[in-house]
Amino acid sequence: MESTHDPTRPGTLQEALDQTMNEEEFNRVCEILGRVPNVTELAIFAVMWSEHCSYKNSILELKTLPRSGGRLLVEAGEENAGLVDIGDGYAVAFKIESHNHPSAVEPFQGAATGVGGILRDIFTMGARPLAALDSLHFGDPGDPHTRYLVDGVVRGIGHYGNCFGVPTVAGEVCFDPAYSGNPLINAMAVGVVKIENIMSAKASGVGNSVFYVGSKTGRDGIYGASVLASRELSGDDEAKRPTVQVGDPFAEKLLLEATLELAESGAVESIQDMGAAGLTCSSSEMSAAGGVGMEIDLDLVPLREREMDPWEIMLSESQERMLLVAKKGREAQIRRVFDKWELEAVEIGKVIDGDRLRIFQKGRLVADVPPWYLALGGGVPRYRREYRRPADLDGLEAFDPLSLPEPEDPGRVLLKLLSDPEIASKAWIYEQYDCSVRTNSVVEPGFGDAALIRVEGTGKALAVKTDCNARYVRLNPRLGAKQAVVEAARNVACAGARPVAITNCLNFGHPYKPDVYYFFHEAVAGMGEACRALDTPVTGGNVSFYNETQGQTILPTPVIGMLGLMDDASKSVTAGFKQEGDVVYQLGKSDHHGLGGSSYLKVMHGRIAGPVAPVDFGHEKRLIDLLVNLASQELIQSAHDVSDGGLSVCLAECCMVDRRSPVGVVVDYPTESSTAAHLFGEAPGRVVVSVKSGLVARFEAEAGKSGVPVRRIGVTGGDRFIWNDYIDVDLETVIDRYYNTIPNIMNE
Amino acid sequence: MTRVTDRVTRWGVVVFPGSNCDKDALDAVGRILGQQARAIWHRTQQLDDLDVVLLPGGFSHGDYLRAGAIARFAPVMDKVIDFARNGGLVIGICNGFQVLTETGLLPGALMRNAGLRFICREVSLRVERNDTFFTRRYRDRQVINIPIAHNEGSFYLPPDQLQELEANRQVVFRYCDADGNATPEANPNGSLNNIAGIINREGNVLGMMPHPERRTDPILGVPDGAGVFRSIINSITGNRLESVTPGRFGR
Repeated sequence: MESTHDPTRPGTLQEALDQTMNEEEFNRVCEILGRVPNVTELAIFAVMWSEHCSYKNSILELKTLPRSGGRLLVEAGEENAGLVDIGDGYAVAFKIESHNHPSAVEPFQGAATGVGGILRDIFTMGARPLAALDSLHFGDPGDPHTRYLVDGVVRGIGHYGNCFGVPTVAGEVCFDPAYSGNPLINAMAVGVVKIENIMSAKASGVGNSVFYVGSKTGRDGIYGASVLASRELSGDDEAKRPTVQVGDPFAEKLLLEATLELAESGAVESIQDMGAAGLTCSSSEMSAAGGVGMEIDLDLVPLREREMDPWEIMLSESQERMLLVAKKGREAQIRRVFDKWELEAVEIGKVIDGDRLRIFQKGRLVADVPPWYLALGGGVPRYRREYRRPADLDGLEAFDPLSLPEPEDPGRVLLKLLSDPEIASKAWIYEQYDCSVRTNSVVEPGFGDAALIRVEGTGKALAVKTDCNARYVRLNPRLGAKQAVVEAARNVACAGARPVAITNCLNFGHPYKPDVYYFFHEAVAGMGEACRALDTPVTGGNVSFYNETQGQTILPTPVIGMLGLMDDASKSVTAGFKQEGDVVYQLGKSDHHGLGGSSYLKVMHGRIAGPVAPVDFGHEKRLIDLLVNLASQELIQSAHDVSDGGLSVCLAECCMVDRRSPVGVVVDYPTESSTAAHLFGEAPGRVVVSVKSGLVARFEAEAGKSGVPVRRIGVTGGDRFIWNDYIDVDLETVIDRYYNTIPNIMNE
Repeated sequence: MTRVTDRVTRWGVVVFPGSNCDKDALDAVGRILGQQARAIWHRTQQLDDLDVVLLPGGFSHGDYLRAGAIARFAPVMDKVIDFARNGGLVIGICNGFQVLTETGLLPGALMRNAGLRFICREVSLRVERNDTFFTRRYRDRQVINIPIAHNEGSFYLPPDQLQELEANRQVVFRYCDADGNATPEANPNGSLNNIAGIINREGNVLGMMPHPERRTDPILGVPDGAGVFRSIINSITGNRLESVTPGRFGR
C-alpha cells in the first residue's frame, strides 16, 4: 500500500485534539517551534505530552515524595528504574508499572506486554531480572466478563514470564465491582546488577552511533500511550485492540541475554528500551538526559510492514526493541553480540551536537524538534490540578461498625471470610506462573508474607511484596496510603528482611475531576509521610489516571511495591505453623476496632464504610526491628501479619499455609468488648508468631526488650482451629474453603 | 561422613536460544555438587571430553511450532545423538525431555497438560526402580518431592508402545500421592500411566518433566532432586560409597 500522507504537511488543531492534546498545548508547541508543527512533529509532541509519558498532572505531587537517601544509588526518574545499593558490589533495580487499559481491551496480550515492558526497564540497566510480581484488581468474579479477564490476564502473565525465564513470586489479587470495566494490571520486576555494569540511559559522545536493536517495527501499539492509556475507557474499546502491542517473550529472552552480554563488555555508552511511545520516547529522553541531539534515518529502521509513515514508525510500540548508543570503536562488537543472539542491530543514526532531534526519511527532514521539551523532567507541561474532598467521605467515616449486631456464630463468619475470593488462596492463579526458575526462590508464593529471592554470590536475599487495600484508601486516602506502606513493610519484615525502598503504581480515575484528584493528592501525601517515617524512599514508579469506564471510577488504588533486604538468606521465615507444641504469640495490640473498610464489613454487611484504623509509625518501626532481630537469631518458627479478615483469618492461614501438612491451634485469648473487632478487626501493627517451646524464654526476653506489646495467645497442635468459645472448626473444612473457592469460581 | 569422589565428572549443559534452566543445572551440578559443568552453545559440534550431556528446561526457540521441534535441528543435536549412541549419559529435563522425544532418542510425545494450563507446583514422584544410572542413589519405591513447571507435560505413547515401555521397565518416575500411590488425583497433567520420567531401552538416556535441579541446593527446600545427579556421578566414577561435598551457599 502506497502511503498518501505527506509527513511534512502542517498539523491542525483538530489532529492535536484527536491525540489527547488541548488547544493551549497545541499553541505551546507552535511557540516552541516558532511555527506550526508538521503532522510527524505533532504526533511526537502529542505522545510525549500525553499523560502516560509526561506525568503532567502528577509530577508536581510526586516531587513531594522522599526520593533520595538510604541506599539509593539513583534518584527516582533519573534512569529507567530506581537503583538500591545492597552491598558486596551489587545493586537492585526495581520498578512497577501499570498496563490497565491494554489489558481491559485485550487481556492476554495486554498483560503479557505489561510484563515484557517492566522486564525491559530492568535489564536495560544491565540488571538481570530475578523476580516478577503482579498486583491485579478485577471486578466481581461472579461476572463472566471478569472471569474472562482473569483467565486472559493470568495466561498472559504466565506466557510472558515463564518463557522469558523470570520467576513470578508474589503479588496480590483483589476483587471489587468498582474494577469491572477497568481492571488493574500492575507488573513489577526486580533485578540485580554488579555496580560496575550499570548502564545509563543518558546519550552522550557527539558522533557516536545510535543503534536500533531487537525485533522489527510494525504498526502495533500506535497511540497506545496516548489514546489508550491517557483517556478513560468507553463502550467501544474492543475497536482499540490494534493499539495493544503483541508480545514475543522468546525475542525478549534473546534481547536480555544480548543486553547483559553487552553490559559486561562495556561497549555501550547508553541504552533505553522502546516502551510506551517507542522510538520517539527513547530517542528524545536519551538525548534530553544527555544534553545532546540526535539524528535518525527512518529508512534504516528494520520494518516488518511496508510503507510505514514516519509518524507510524516513531509511535509504534512494537515490543522487544531497544535504542543504544555505542562507544566509539565498539560498533563491530555490538553487532557480533546481537548476531550471536539472532537479533537485529542496525545503526540508524548519530549523536549530534546541539539540542535537536532530527528525523529523516527518504532523504527528507520530516521532524526537527528540541528533545528537552519532550522529556519528563524537561519542558513538558506541568499542571497543578484542583482537588476537593468528596462529599460522601464524612458520612462514610462517621459510620460506626460497632453499632452493628455482634456475629452470632463467629466460626461460620470465619468460613465465609475464607471463601471470599479476595482472602481465599490464589494458588489457582500463581501455579500458572513459574515461581522457581533460576533456583533463587527461597520462599515461594503462598508460603510467606513476602517472597524471598537470594542474591547469588552474596549470601543475602531480597524480600518483595506488593500491597494496597483500596477500601481503606477510598475511606481515608491519606491513612489508606500509609497503611499500604506499613503493611508492605511489615510483610517484608515477617519474612525476616529489613524494608529498604519502595516503588509505586498509582491507579486513579480522571485527574480533571476534583474528587478524584483529592484521593490522589492525599494518597501521595500519606505515602510520603510513611516512607519518610520508615526510611524507605521512593525509587520510582508509575501513575495511571483515567481508570474509568462510562463514568464509573475505580477505587483509588496506590499500589506499593516494597523491597526488603535480608543479610542471611538461610534464615528466612515463613507464615505457617510448623509443628505441634509451639507457642503462639501476638506481637502488637489493637487499640482500635479496625473494622472500618474491613473484609468483615464488606463480606458480612455489604458495606465499605467506617473509620480506618490509625497508623503508629513508632510502633511499626519497633515491630520491624523486632521481627528482623527474631529472624536473625532464629527464635521464631513462623510470622504472619494480621490483615484482611483480622486475627481469626490470620490464625486460620497459619494453620494451613502448607496444605499438605496442616497444623491446628488452640487459642486462649478472650475479650470483654466487641467480638467482631476482636476476631475480625484489621487494626494494623500486629503479627502472629510461633515459637518452639524450648526457645520461649529467649524469645520472651528479646521481645520484652523491644517495646512491642507481646501476648501469648495459644499453642499449636491437633487438627482443629479452636479459639475459646468463639471458633471451633476442623482444618479439612478450613482448607476446603480457602483453597477451593477460586478454582470453583474459575471452573464455572 | 564425607568422602570425595576419585575424579570430578564433566558435564555439558546445552544452551539453545530460549533455554532458561541452563544456569540452574550448571549451578546444581557445578556449584552444589562440585562437578565440572560448562555451557554448550547449540551451534557447538564438540562434545568429546564430556561424561554427561544435560538438555535443560526452558522454551528453546520459543517453543514455536511445537516444544523441542526446532531445537532438534540444532547443530549440537547430531553430536548429542552420536554421544548417546556411543553409550554416553544424556539427561533431558522438561524442555530437554521434549527435545529428546523430538529427536527420537526417547519414545513418546509430551502434549498439552490435561487442564490446558501451565502448572508450577511441587509434586510427589515415586522412584520406579533404583537400578538405573540415574536413580541408584534413591531407595526403591522412594517418594520424592520436586517441582514441575510446564505447559506441555502430558506424556503420550500409542497403547502397544506404552505396553512395551512398561514391560521393558523404562518408566523411572511416576506421579504419586504422599503415600506413593499413582492415583489419577496425583497426576497433574494427564500423563498416561502417571509417567513423569523414562529411560531409553539401553538405559543411558533419561527424560523427565519435573525439575531435580530446583531441589538440589538445600536452601531451596528438601534436596530430593540431588539424587538424580548424584546417581549419575556414582555411575561414572563407580564409587558407590561416595558422598559428594555439597558446595556451601554463598561465601
